[in-house]
Amino acid sequence: MTLQHFVDEATSPWMRDEGPDNDIVLSCRIRLARNFANVSFPLAAEEDELEKIMQFFQQEYTHQSFQDFQDLEFVPIEELTPTEKRVLVEKHLISPHLAKYTKAAAAVISKNEQVSVMINEEDHIRIQLYFPGLQLDKALNKAFEFDDWLEEKVNYAFDESRGYLTSCPTNVGTGMRASVMMHLPSLVLTRQINRMIPAINQLGLVVRGIYGEGSEAIGNIFQISNQITLGKSEEDIVEDLQSVVKQLIEQERKARTRLMEQSGMRLEDRVYRSYGVLKYSRIIESKEAANCLSNVRLGIDLGMIEHVPRSILNELIILTQPGFLQQYAKKNLTANERDVLRASLIRERLKLENE
Amino acid sequence: MECQECHKRPATLHFTQVVNGKKMEVHVCEVCAKEKGYMTYPEDSFSFQNLLTSLFNVESSPLGNNGNSNSVFTPAEDIQCEQCGMTFSEFKRIGKFGCASCYHTFSDRLDPIFRRVHSGNTKHHGKIPKRQGGDLHAKRQLEEYKLKLKELIDQEAFEEAANVRDQIKALETKMRGDDK
Repeated sequence: MTLQHFVDEATSPWMRDEGPDNDIVLSCRIRLARNFANVSFPLAAEEDELEKIMQFFQQEYTHQSFQDFQDLEFVPIEELTPTEKRVLVEKHLISPHLAKYTKAAAAVISKNEQVSVMINEEDHIRIQLYFPGLQLDKALNKAFEFDDWLEEKVNYAFDESRGYLTSCPTNVGTGMRASVMMHLPSLVLTRQINRMIPAINQLGLVVRGIYGEGSEAIGNIFQISNQITLGKSEEDIVEDLQSVVKQLIEQERKARTRLMEQSGMRLEDRVYRSYGVLKYSRIIESKEAANCLSNVRLGIDLGMIEHVPRSILNELIILTQPGFLQQYAKKNLTANERDVLRASLIRERLKLENE
Repeated sequence: MECQECHKRPATLHFTQVVNGKKMEVHVCEVCAKEKGYMTYPEDSFSFQNLLTSLFNVESSPLGNNGNSNSVFTPAEDIQCEQCGMTFSEFKRIGKFGCASCYHTFSDRLDPIFRRVHSGNTKHHGKIPKRQGGDLHAKRQLEEYKLKLKELIDQEAFEEAANVRDQIKALETKMRGDDK
């Protein structure tokens, strides 16, 4: 089955590349919402109309490749098992919303998982592009090129005054959501994050957990994205986001230095205790695992732990989510069984690095 | 840690709830989380959706012309999109458009909504589709030139202003030519 490679490995191939400021910025993403002109949005459209859109993508884009993004594969949601769907959600390749649809929904995903197109989600087309580290400008340029490439064959719903027309009024205009995934353990530890989030919100940006709307910031990972999509150009939106992200990077680095200076031993203790928990525990809940992974990753960034790769946090946070654990076990697991398997997977992964 | 609802199963979901400004820790198992309606998966965005639709509904007198804010709820006054059948009151209830035509059908009533959601903005200033965009690209360019011209005149940079004026003329001629 062609889907298998998307499901087997926790880290997407593009994640293995180094990116600028990747001690703090895990990844950035540009999402563009687009709709076909003259077809009702998925919410109101007839099923056969949506089927046609799906078939169009299957025929026109399967095994096509755009620049260096590699082969595009067509994945109909209906054919996925619940676990497979969950894995794709955990890897951020599809949204939880799309995973719920059973009919006339699909995704087109490039083999390196850097670009994915959701078909018949809330909008007919949602293009997502991921880049490692902080490379919003590059991500935006590539997203524009990809968008132009799709537009060669698709007539978009576009209005001179309102821009790209979308199902939800919060996306109209650019249809763009730019977001940056950041690891901010020191700002959390020093509680500075609590007063920063309201300030960031006032700038028209949103701070969320790693799975978007309504999700908790597990493992001190925060997603920061633009709220406004109308009235500003994409370049301006990205510039505003970038400048806030840069300030957060600076503040996080300062907090790290201060923590090292003022309570270095306590910090080191915290890092190594977490490392110990990951290395030796037999039962571990996802929240504890995420916290320990965050501490270990901080230890790696501060040079305390040298033999574990920096990608460990990204990799294990995804690998230890329920979907992945079940995919790995090849069966449904109770919460208890998951905690046991999670602990064993983490131990194995760390042992691998020590060998 | 055991689930605070059933006190039998282990708590696997942990939330921080803020109720009336008071912070509360919630520790529940998956079964109780589902039964008691706690969030079980990040797809749950009810609170956000509620917030969104309430933003639309606080709008005063969307009809504007008769000043009676209740009139929007009477079906006779409700407008309906011809293409998808969505009514304006339905749109306000669910917070989503049914199709692109809704934007035109409800056009007169949308500015206050967009203003609220997009910090006062109602007009698109971003990307234009490359192929479909047609003379929109030129139009946008023309707007930019005109703005620049005004700035240059204000700054009394007349020589540069003359250059920009020539560019405007050339573009306008080209656009007229394209129309033919």
